[in-house]
Amino acid sequence: MNNYDINKTPKKQLLSMQIDLSKFEKATEEEKKQQDVMSESTTFFKDGMKNLFKNPLAVISIIVLLLIIGVIVVAPMIVPYSYEEMLSIDGKRDKGAKNLAPFEYSKAEQAYMEKGGERFPHIFGTDEQCRDYFIRVIYGTRVSLVVGLFASIIVLIIGMIYGSIAGYAGGRVDLFMMRIVDIIYSLPDMLVIILLSVVLTNVLSFESNSFLAKMGTNMVSLFIVFGMLYWVGMARLIRAQILSIKENEYILAAKSIGTKPGRIIRKHILPNCLSVIIISTALQIPSAIFTESYLSFIGLGVQAPMPSLGSLANSAREGLQSYPYKLVFPALMICLIVLSLNLIGDGLRDAFDPKLKR
Amino acid sequence: MARYIIKRLLLAILTVFLICFITFFLMNAIPGGPFNKEKALSEATVQALNERYNLDKPLFTQFALYMKGLFQGDLGVSLKNGRDISEIIGESFPISARLGLTAVIIALISGTIFGSIAALMRNKLPDRIIIFLSTLFTAVPSFVLATLLLLVFSIQLGWVPVWSATETNYVLPVIALAAYPMAYTTRLAKTSMLDALSQDYIRTAKAKGVSKWKIIFKHALRNSLLPVITYAGPEIAYIITGSMVVETVFTVGGIGSKFVSAITNRDYTMIMATTIFLATLMVLANVVCDLLYKVVDPRIKYD
Repeated sequence: MNNYDINKTPKKQLLSMQIDLSKFEKATEEEKKQQDVMSESTTFFKDGMKNLFKNPLAVISIIVLLLIIGVIVVAPMIVPYSYEEMLSIDGKRDKGAKNLAPFEYSKAEQAYMEKGGERFPHIFGTDEQCRDYFIRVIYGTRVSLVVGLFASIIVLIIGMIYGSIAGYAGGRVDLFMMRIVDIIYSLPDMLVIILLSVVLTNVLSFESNSFLAKMGTNMVSLFIVFGMLYWVGMARLIRAQILSIKENEYILAAKSIGTKPGRIIRKHILPNCLSVIIISTALQIPSAIFTESYLSFIGLGVQAPMPSLGSLANSAREGLQSYPYKLVFPALMICLIVLSLNLIGDGLRDAFDPKLKR
Repeated sequence: MARYIIKRLLLAILTVFLICFITFFLMNAIPGGPFNKEKALSEATVQALNERYNLDKPLFTQFALYMKGLFQGDLGVSLKNGRDISEIIGESFPISARLGLTAVIIALISGTIFGSIAALMRNKLPDRIIIFLSTLFTAVPSFVLATLLLLVFSIQLGWVPVWSATETNYVLPVIALAAYPMAYTTRLAKTSMLDALSQDYIRTAKAKGVSKWKIIFKHALRNSLLPVITYAGPEIAYIITGSMVVETVFTVGGIGSKFVSAITNRDYTMIMATTIFLATLMVLANVVCDLLYKVVDPRIKYD
């Protein structure tokens, strides 16, 4: 270093940018510190999640939802009754256990307990067929949540595949595919759902002991209907996203090095419309739950004796004056679930899409 | 413009035809004919009935005959009570229309007002109350609200009479129907109002010294109405036709409750006719709304 002199080394070229190393200063400790990485590098997803957990409403909703999920998983293991079982003591049917109020025992049960027997309390009372109402509400919640979740997943998968193909292909293919979407979109959804449910209930049949048979043909037809109708909204959304993302330079770069379309969609385009996908899926779940409870209410939902929140609310209408709590429990459950899912969806939107934040 | 209208109308006609097609063939896929009753009819009777209702002809001929009937306003005959379906719809639809229109108008107007108030008083107490209530009401299914209203105000308190043949009180059904669209419109109006208020032309108007109320009514509100109008079209169609649950709860004899009872009674011709009627109405409402939307906002291009 010391015997290096700029004036002695000949310039290779007249205009060369050859630098004089001796004119450089060493970086001080303070300056070196500035280069330190202060916080961990974050990804888009982590960043969004961090924002989400700063939103108190969303956090409360997540806690409420987790509590509900915890209860519906654990409760059937603790409560000794099943959703279709009419109450009985020592193998004898307890005919007095009809329409009990919450935490009330029937006469036979009281006599049984005086003799030293133990009886699990009926937390929500019993229904008109002597069934424990708490466990029925729990199973109803299970059914409603499962429907919401699966329906949204079906919608997500179909919509994503269809939308990304249409958006990526563009041109005539896009035009044709979107025409189909337009037509399906203009079908009145509720009417078609009802129609399909009526028909599929009569047409479909399963082996009597399979899981599908237990859920009921109505339930299966509900999934089919969701799969056939509701994906169009998702497909439109994803197509619009892809159309704008497609114009970016990194897509051009990927194309120019010969990346295959499938890989471009998976690796470059879909991660970039992740926020839109997450938000609309989160908001799809409560709307699916709504639709299911609506259909159950008009008698097209799950098959009896399997309860759903909508069918429970419907059957509660008959003894409404005397037993209003039978409507209140399932209704409250629907409201709680839908409210917390809506709030989580709103929170996700604010967290992942800062442009939309108000 | 003319091209757009024609295109839109063609799409609508195609959709309506598709609905008729789907409905007809789905209904025919159900096993068992309409005359399979518990009491077996004699073979000659069945044959006569089949001939009378064209059930002995091939399916496509039946479809063509059905479509021909539709064009002449003949929706067929109810399987359960043998009445003319066009007659049933003619009786019940006006009730539903009146109920639905009242609910929609109340929902849209009050929703816009509340949404605008929330936007103008952003982060203050009124805004928080309005947004809290509207979030709450978007989570309450209409049948829950309807049943609770009926229980509290009609049965427990006895303020509002229960719906019967002589007593037609629209208050409770309208509230039950209007709650969800009102809550939704409020949220929509708030967002678009905030959006409009942050625009450059509002700042210009303020800089020019235009009064606050004039800015709100003349510049902000007008521009914030567009999303509400987009939502209004389908919602009007949906509420007029889709108030099945509320009508059933309040035992209003509208087309919605007729549809529900047709479903429970498995009255297939009635289901088919009602579906086609309601669907056509909804598709038409959507077309009108689309065209109106383009008239209201000249910035939108016709594609």
